[in-house]
Amino acid sequence: MTEQAMPLYEVFIRPKAGLSHKHVGSLHAPDDTMALQMARDVYTRRGEGVSIWVVPSKLIAASDPADKDMLFEPTVSKVYRHPTFYDVPDEVGHM
Amino acid sequence: MDQHLFTYTLRLADNALVLGHRLSEWTGRGPTLEEDIALSNLGLDLIGQARMLYDYAGKVEAQGRDEDVLAYLRDDRDYRNVLLVEQPNGDFATTMMRQLIYAAFAHPFLQALIQSADETLAGIAAKAEKEMAYHVRHAAEWVIRLGDGTEESHGRTQTAADELMIYAGELFETDDMDRVLIEAGIAPDPAPLRAVFDATIADIFAEATLALPRQDHAQTGGRGGIHSEHLSRMLAEMQSVHRAHPGAVW
Repeated sequence: MTEQAMPLYEVFIRPKAGLSHKHVGSLHAPDDTMALQMARDVYTRRGEGVSIWVVPSKLIAASDPADKDMLFEPTVSKVYRHPTFYDVPDEVGHM
Repeated sequence: MDQHLFTYTLRLADNALVLGHRLSEWTGRGPTLEEDIALSNLGLDLIGQARMLYDYAGKVEAQGRDEDVLAYLRDDRDYRNVLLVEQPNGDFATTMMRQLIYAAFAHPFLQALIQSADETLAGIAAKAEKEMAYHVRHAAEWVIRLGDGTEESHGRTQTAADELMIYAGELFETDDMDRVLIEAGIAPDPAPLRAVFDATIADIFAEATLALPRQDHAQTGGRGGIHSEHLSRMLAEMQSVHRAHPGAVW
């Protein structure tokens, strides 16, 4: 009998209607259907969510940590990209 | 009537507690971390159902017995669970087959119990019905994958079915007491639920490429307190702390 390692899945949970799915962790499961059940049992035991996505980890294209400086460093000095240079009129209230 | 209602509620509670405890025996020993948590979740669902039912049974009886007394201070002959739920965990296929058989009965049964004239039982059923729907799904998905898996997993799952299906008949048994409660609209008649159960099992077995075992003989007795040797051993372990330290609290 040969044993195959079960594929790895990434789990995303929507905490409540109107919010977006958020990555919460990963798990091993034999296929998509079982991955959803395992995600339900591992990550929503305390009422954390109303919806689950699971994605095979191998399908995720990820940036290379070695490219971190090239990709993200240049934005640090560009404070004008943050919307902090406006005066918000009082009538708008809390934003 | 109260004596009938007490016994009826106690039987439901014992089914839930014994199966819940069996599942809890997997905690820390599951085949994978994920399934270990899943098995514990299933166990906790059932123990939660048992607590509500024992609490209610104690109130109906009105002899001052609370859920702990009913769970920890009765011997096996006083337990009223069906034989299916006390069967040992065996391998993973056996545990999943036992869960499937129980849940495929319990889910439609609890749906029917929601219509009970007894408001407390109806309320407990409404909560438990959703839990058992998930138990059916989880156990079914595993049985399908194990049955339609490798030669090894198919053989083990077929063996589990052959060994456990003889206990399915007891789930649908009724005695004089049941019939009084059915007449009163408190208990659902399990007879029409058999077709639902059979259809569920047939569908899953077909997908799992499993052969349906013959069911011309049903092993019974648990509801009357006549159990297999397995229950007393399970209770000995389950009750040991409470019996050694009566009244202890966290």
